Parts: sequence; structure tokens; C-alpha cells
Amino acid sequence: MQSQRSLDATLAALADPTRRAILARLARGEATVNELAEPFTISQPAISRHIKVLAEAGLIVQRVDGTRRPCSLAPDGLKELDRYLETLRGALEKNYGRLDRLLAKGRKERKP
Amino acid sequence: MTNTLTIETEGDRNVVVTRRFAASPEEVYRAHVDPELIQQWMLGPEGWTMPVCVHEARPGGKIRYEWSNGEGAGFFLTGEIVELDPPRRIVHVERMHLPDPTPDNHVVTTFTADGDGTLLTMRMTLPDEATRKAMLETGMEHGMEASYARLERARGWNAR
Repeated sequence: MQSQRSLDATLAALADPTRRAILARLARGEATVNELAEPFTISQPAISRHIKVLAEAGLIVQRVDGTRRPCSLAPDGLKELDRYLETLRGALEKNYGRLDRLLAKGRKERKP
Repeated sequence: MTNTLTIETEGDRNVVVTRRFAASPEEVYRAHVDPELIQQWMLGPEGWTMPVCVHEARPGGKIRYEWSNGEGAGFFLTGEIVELDPPRRIVHVERMHLPDPTPDNHVVTTFTADGDGTLLTMRMTLPDEATRKAMLETGMEHGMEASYARLERARGWNAR
């Protein structure tokens, strides 16, 4: 149930270019809020808000390390979205494979 | 040139599917609007058929697809054509009945000449939370047998 609810949050989180850039950075490894803010012109509080959205969507996790709160990608963050899209892919691949054969058959039959 | 299917999310609202076919836009378009052709490919997993296929290819025309696994399980989809621009573009809305109707899915399908073939692009509304849940639980539009079996039992279709 939780994972079903989270897909809306996941997609909303992914819709923002800054948040996608943050995820891309985290794909290379753990980083602090300061490190994440570095490449951007926006303020650290703004970055913190993006981080909050990503964390609430289950895409990233933050751990406590003394005064630091380093962020990293959540291992299962995209699992539910993937599951939906893979189900869709399976359905369409079957259909389009059949359509390929139907189109090939149509071509052959029309040849004199 | 490959015929690989691509699926991408676009923002938080849409899914965009692309697929290339080794046939002209006219041929691929026709396979999407001619009920006799639709019935031969839009079937999902092996073993399923579409005994009822209504596709009134005109603006305002009705769509009704009914699928069956031949063992008493089935469900259907209804929709309306919004716009047709043969052989380039089809705009329609559809909803699945699982058996409660899902919210309308707005679909724009385009057919673009691509060398000696056709690039199909289908832009769909991402289903909302409740719909996705119903889709994944019932194996989606054309999903997994095990899920259908669960749906059958849940709906008592086996008893008919």
C-alpha cells in the first residue's frame, strides 16, 4: 500500500530539473547538503527543500554523522515506478510483436 | 534501425511510448482503427482474445474492446475518439472497467514516416494512484495470468 501511494510523490519529485540533478550527483555517491548545493546558483535552504521532497518521495535517504547529514540514493526508491512501467512494457511488447507479424503478412498478401 | 520499444515518463502526468514498425504510416494507422485488425494484435498475453471490438473511426466515435481468456475471465475498455488525422494522428480517451471504470486516460498516438518504416509515439496520461493499484493487482490491461485468476475469484467469474 505504501509503495502504491508513493508513486505520485516519486513522479512529482522527478518532474523538477534541480531534483533530477541532485539525484544524478548522488548516483556518483553520498554527498552533504553543502556539497549538493555547490553546483547550483540557488540557496542552500532551497536545496534543503528539494532534498526534503526527494526524501519524502523515498528517493533518497539521509543519515546522521555528527553534525553532518549526508544524503544518498535510496536503494528501492524507483522500484514501484519501475514495476508499473515494466508491466506496461510487457503488455505493449506482446501487442507490438503481434502487430509486426500482422503488418508483414499484409505486405506479403498485397504483393502481386 | 531497431524496433525497440521505449517507455519514458514525462513530468508527473504522462508516459510516452515509442516503437518503430517496418510498414508505412498508412498501414500502421489502419491497424489502429480497423476493428478486424485490432482484434488480431491488441490482445496482451497468449491465450487471450478480443471477441468484441468496436472502433468507430470518426470524431465522437465509440470504442469498446472486450477481452476474454476463453475460461470465463474477461474485462472491457470503453472510449471515444476525439480527433482523427489519417494517417498521422489519433486522439482518444479510454477507461478500463475492472469492473469499476478507471478515470479517463487521454491518449495521443502519432505515426511518423521514418525511412522505409513508421515511428509510433503514444503519449498517455499516467494513471492515478487508485487506478495503478487496480491495474497492478489485476495484471494491468493485459497482465499476468495469476492476477487474472485472482480477479476471477474475487468477482466470482469462475462460477458462471
